[in-house]
Amino acid sequence: MAGGAPFPIPTGSVLALAAILFCIGLYGALTKRNLIIVLVSIELMLNAANINLVAFSKLSDKPSLNGQIFSLFTITVAAAEIAVGLALLLAIFRLRKTSEVKDLDVHKW
Amino acid sequence: MSGPLIAFYVISLCILGCAVLMLSFRKVIYMALAIGGVFVGCAAIYLLLGAEFVGVAQILIYAGAITILMMFAIMLTNHEATEPPFQWNARNVASAVGCILLGILILLVIRSTPWPQPDTSVDVNGGNSNPVAIGMALFKQYAIPFELVSLLLIVALVGAVILAQHRKEDE
Repeated sequence: MAGGAPFPIPTGSVLALAAILFCIGLYGALTKRNLIIVLVSIELMLNAANINLVAFSKLSDKPSLNGQIFSLFTITVAAAEIAVGLALLLAIFRLRKTSEVKDLDVHKW
Repeated sequence: MSGPLIAFYVISLCILGCAVLMLSFRKVIYMALAIGGVFVGCAAIYLLLGAEFVGVAQILIYAGAITILMMFAIMLTNHEATEPPFQWNARNVASAVGCILLGILILLVIRSTPWPQPDTSVDVNGGNSNPVAIGMALFKQYAIPFELVSLLLIVALVGAVILAQHRKEDE
């Protein structure tokens, strides 16, 4: 089935890299206090998903372009998300003079 | 050990190092710089996996636009903000334990799954260069999702402008 020389990078290593990156991003999103850093951590998790998509577009037994195109869509959605998120952050900062997660507890009960 | 494999491990080390640095820095602006390193490293991984167009788009959008946007946001808000050092409170410890457990679980699953041998004889680009092949697929097979994404982008752009503009009643 596998013609030609085997691809030198093992599939498991790429997936392990993405998994560790995802966990680092998750930890950052759960513990960091600054809103910008929480957004950055979410971007890290999206990046980990992108690595998986690109890896499977190359390293599956039926390679195709679909993974790369999906990752392009993910990058676009991430850009839109970060633009709206930072605009919200600016609006919050103007209203409350803070950019920390712990100060945004108006709806807490 | 072949060249691409060594390159892969070096780049992975750089990515994970930058990500851990991002978690350990105290100043928010240094964190945004460290995240730029992670994005560039991911672009290098994409190039290594033969996805040239996605790699260059990653550099343009993430390392170029998003990191600079973060810098702008940090400068416009509280640019001397610092994170407190790690405290042993319940939330931090629970988050760390949960993330480590999730990571170990995923790594064990990856290790125990028999991955198929990659078929290197197939040219995913179908004889064209990578950007040409992606353009063909985007405008033929994925034309409707492409248009929807452009709609999403314009909505996000207008929404961001409306959210961030000054309003009279704020003052």
